[in-house]
Amino acid sequence: MTESLQSAPGPFFGEFGGQFVPEALMAALDELTDAYEKARIDPSFTEELVRLARDYTGRPSIITDVPRFAKHAGGARVLLKREDLNHTGSHKINNVLGQALLTKRIGKTRVIAETGAGQHGVATATAAALMDLECVIYMGEEDTERQALNVARMRLLGAEVIPVATGTRTLRDAINEAFRDWVANVDHTNYVFGTAAGPHPFPAMVRDFQRIISVESRAQMLDLGGLPDAVVACIGGGSNAIGSFDAFLDDTDVRLIGCEAAGDGVETGRHAATLTGGRPGILHGSRSFILQDEEGQTLPSHSISAGLDYPGVGPEHTWLASIGRAEYWPVTDADAMDAFRLLTRTEGIMPAIESSHALAGAIRLGNELGPDATVLVTLSGRGDKDVEQAARWFDMLPKEDA
Amino acid sequence: MSALTDRLAEVRAEGRAALIGYLPVGYPTVEASVEAMRVLVDAGCDIVEVGPPYSDPVLDGPVIQHAAAIALEGGVKVDDAFTAVEAVAQAGAVPVVMSYCNLMIQRGYERFAQELKAAGGAGVITPDLTPDTGQDWIAAARAEDVDTIFLAAPSTTRERMHLTVGASRGFVYATSLMGVTGERASVGSAAERVVVEARAAGAEFVCVGLGVSTGVQAADVAAYADGVIVGSAFVKALGDHGDMEALRIKVQELAAGVRGQS
Repeated sequence: MTESLQSAPGPFFGEFGGQFVPEALMAALDELTDAYEKARIDPSFTEELVRLARDYTGRPSIITDVPRFAKHAGGARVLLKREDLNHTGSHKINNVLGQALLTKRIGKTRVIAETGAGQHGVATATAAALMDLECVIYMGEEDTERQALNVARMRLLGAEVIPVATGTRTLRDAINEAFRDWVANVDHTNYVFGTAAGPHPFPAMVRDFQRIISVESRAQMLDLGGLPDAVVACIGGGSNAIGSFDAFLDDTDVRLIGCEAAGDGVETGRHAATLTGGRPGILHGSRSFILQDEEGQTLPSHSISAGLDYPGVGPEHTWLASIGRAEYWPVTDADAMDAFRLLTRTEGIMPAIESSHALAGAIRLGNELGPDATVLVTLSGRGDKDVEQAARWFDMLPKEDA
Repeated sequence: MSALTDRLAEVRAEGRAALIGYLPVGYPTVEASVEAMRVLVDAGCDIVEVGPPYSDPVLDGPVIQHAAAIALEGGVKVDDAFTAVEAVAQAGAVPVVMSYCNLMIQRGYERFAQELKAAGGAGVITPDLTPDTGQDWIAAARAEDVDTIFLAAPSTTRERMHLTVGASRGFVYATSLMGVTGERASVGSAAERVVVEARAAGAEFVCVGLGVSTGVQAADVAAYADGVIVGSAFVKALGDHGDMEALRIKVQELAAGVRGQS
């Protein structure tokens, strides 16, 4: 490879990406792109971001060797990049602090965001509290039910949470509603997009803010003796995955594997494995793979994990798949939940259900590669929010009297 | 010149603005929606926008979202939009399609333009496609002599207005306010400014949409625009039970409005 694949600027990644949005939003996207291009090379911005990462988020996040878990992964060495230890409990804070700072910089006073599992909503509400911004979070009604605790967290932080009852009542509808809000309020509102999808500049900007994951982990691996054989991350829209991959993109010996939510199994049609089961189209402002019917209507997705339950995927991932630089594996609900329990029981670390998809991928990969392999897994979030859902899955809740 | 600009020129010669009615095909059923489009024409619409429903209509408010959801549940297909286009043409109005771009892309821009043309359609309004990313669509539409109608918004910069006007054929769709489709208590002052700026950028015909639901509002907009676009108010009048008489009364109110008779 002669040219670096890292930090690709957009708006297009190969044939994917772009800005397929109403004209009303074009001026705001141009303004945001312009502000971000200036901010990313302005020391007053980048230094403040570094300071927040250190003093607020708690970075750098550590790497944890998990040998008892790894016994079940073919004896390969498995290391976890601990984004679950960040303030607010997931990688989402990395992106949100950057976008909230940018919001202040362009003089807007209100932020809106979509959220699936609630992690991005909680992170946005947190940054809004920190930086004195009005905050409105859109969340699919089904997700407010399965992630009730995070709804309460957002409200405690001072955010308004609006359950979205249209369509499939999940993340995709929350994004639709956030776009509608943005069109109407763009003069004073910034949309803090949670994943590396959507129209330019979001895929590249969110990737840049999440890139710290792989910048740190690559250096940490070198300190431990060398680069891993593979980096594994879960992928819905793809922000933790692209952040986990970016600094490794030019290390051609390092396999990059994104684990998509296969729900009940890709063959059942009840899944959210966009790169496995989708095809090119436009959704939420960019050209990428999407789950759609033959006419182009978006199909409902399904996953036990609200954060991965999305029928689209970020355009840079689609590009990396198309050029063969990254692989995308489907992981079922059942395999993810087995991995959830395994890590919890063997290491005393309770992962988010989203991240458990990556753990399941690591088990599969470790068994494929054997004991000489080293696998770095991004643990994108912690499982506190998932306790009730996991307890229900494993039938651990007290039975109600008949 | 095109069927659209011919009709807009005729209407201008009458000293009034055109009434452009939008309805989603398939709401409440395909059959009723086609009948409703005939009612639009019969009751005074000069141009009819046929909307193939889309699963993720980010520029639509609750009324059209609801109609689209019902139409999709009923199994509406993009083909049904072309059927409706034919019906509108036969009824004597100029049909255009308003479509989110993924439906066009999945069919193929060339095929979409060809099928529209074959059905008698004059142009396509693209709410989520701007000239920047719409170059392939523009080429396909030009090849079939189908008009490309792009949106201009109150937030549109001078530079973007030139881009938008330059890429538009038929008319420029000026959105009256920052927001999604739906009725508003007032249309607001931004609309006239968008029209003035579009004309300054060279637009021959500029029609105003979003938020117009009464004859009085239509009369206000007709004073400075070439056409008044009405969607949600007609969808609401039609309703889940396909009330053709309620629709007719609403269209007549707006048709009187564009004639300054409100």
